[in-house]
Amino acid sequence: MPLPIDDVIGLMIDNLKKRKTVFPIPYRRATGWADGLNIPEGGKTVIYTGSMYQLLPYMIAAVKNMELVEDSFLGKFVFMGRFFNKMFNVSAFVSIPKKADVKRYKQIVYNIAKLLKKAGVEFGYLYRKELYAGTLAYDLGVDDAFRIQAKRVYNLLKENGVSTVITVDPHTTNIMRSVYPTIIDGYDIEVKSYLEVLATSDNLQPLHSVEKEITIHDSCVYARHESIIDEPRQLLKRAGYTIKEPKDNKALTHCCGGPIESIFPKMSHTIGKNRIQQFKDITNGGAVATMCPICMASLKKASGDGLEIEDISSFLVKAFCD
Amino acid sequence: MSKGVTAMTKVNPDFIKKVATSGEFNATACMNCGICTAVCPMDIELLPRKLFRYTLLGLEDKLLENTNIIYQCLLCKMCEENCTADVHIAENVRFLRSYISKEVFKL
Repeated sequence: MPLPIDDVIGLMIDNLKKRKTVFPIPYRRATGWADGLNIPEGGKTVIYTGSMYQLLPYMIAAVKNMELVEDSFLGKFVFMGRFFNKMFNVSAFVSIPKKADVKRYKQIVYNIAKLLKKAGVEFGYLYRKELYAGTLAYDLGVDDAFRIQAKRVYNLLKENGVSTVITVDPHTTNIMRSVYPTIIDGYDIEVKSYLEVLATSDNLQPLHSVEKEITIHDSCVYARHESIIDEPRQLLKRAGYTIKEPKDNKALTHCCGGPIESIFPKMSHTIGKNRIQQFKDITNGGAVATMCPICMASLKKASGDGLEIEDISSFLVKAFCD
Repeated sequence: MSKGVTAMTKVNPDFIKKVATSGEFNATACMNCGICTAVCPMDIELLPRKLFRYTLLGLEDKLLENTNIIYQCLLCKMCEENCTADVHIAENVRFLRSYISKEVFKL
């Protein structure tokens, strides 16, 4: 029996309404990636993480527990978790992340900021003030909660004098660039993905030789929602990598399965395995570059130890940074 | 009436009204060609053309019978990329979720 959809969605939406994020995490876990980078607070242009990468270790842990409950009688008791979650943060108990995952996803955002600095981009960060963009509420069709969150984010940006945001993941890019303007009158924030920013920078030149073949996994959201297809390829080529393309690629890329993981974990895993097979058809134990935290988590899980699946920023930083 | 013809199904005029006035659901251009089904990575036979047909016909009960399938959609837009009638399939699925969230789950 699948998990009770209403209670699983309800739990996350209750969190969003009450705690301004679907998975409440300690704020240092959200902002700690910026330690040592001396990024100024605020500014007209800010890096906007939406905490997507930072949330992933918690989501991985939560999904693992949900898999245990899926198809068991325990699934019937998810409603109790939702009941108590209204009083205290139950999700904190069901999503205790692995330290290695926290470190891995934190490092990715650090690398992205490092690449932007190397490219000579001037940007600030909202640190503790930054809010989750509301992606999950939008995808799950909980429009009232999503609208509230979208307005919170927009007000936050306006109050802090932000006019341009540089996003680090496809979902936040899509929500802030293509969805917010449809529900917020006069929305005037310029939204760019860091991949677009880096691709247009002449300052970013390889410092180290990286002779390696990399199979590219396009994110559905970047490729089909935002038409970000050439930029990651330009950057990998400029870095010195040789790109390999899987059977389904670019605008016809194959989903990683991640978007349904919170409700249908096992089904999601099957989709991920199908995608992994496409990689294995063209590479034997090779490297795969993802550009979305959800893709990376889903594909890593589906691949086991067979492939080196890393975020594209991890490969770029090896070539472009000291 | 032969056995196989949507027996035991009731049209809900209120549902049609809510869908029609939403301005967000638009599947009238769907030609039922089946490309969306053929390319879906979830291999879901039902999505999206049958769901859209139920919706346009006001068959709310049939639609709600398939709630799980509506939430199984990845919103990956592979279907939309290949749709010859330019139907905004992902946005339509999202609309159905939005309807269920509000009217059934009371979120």
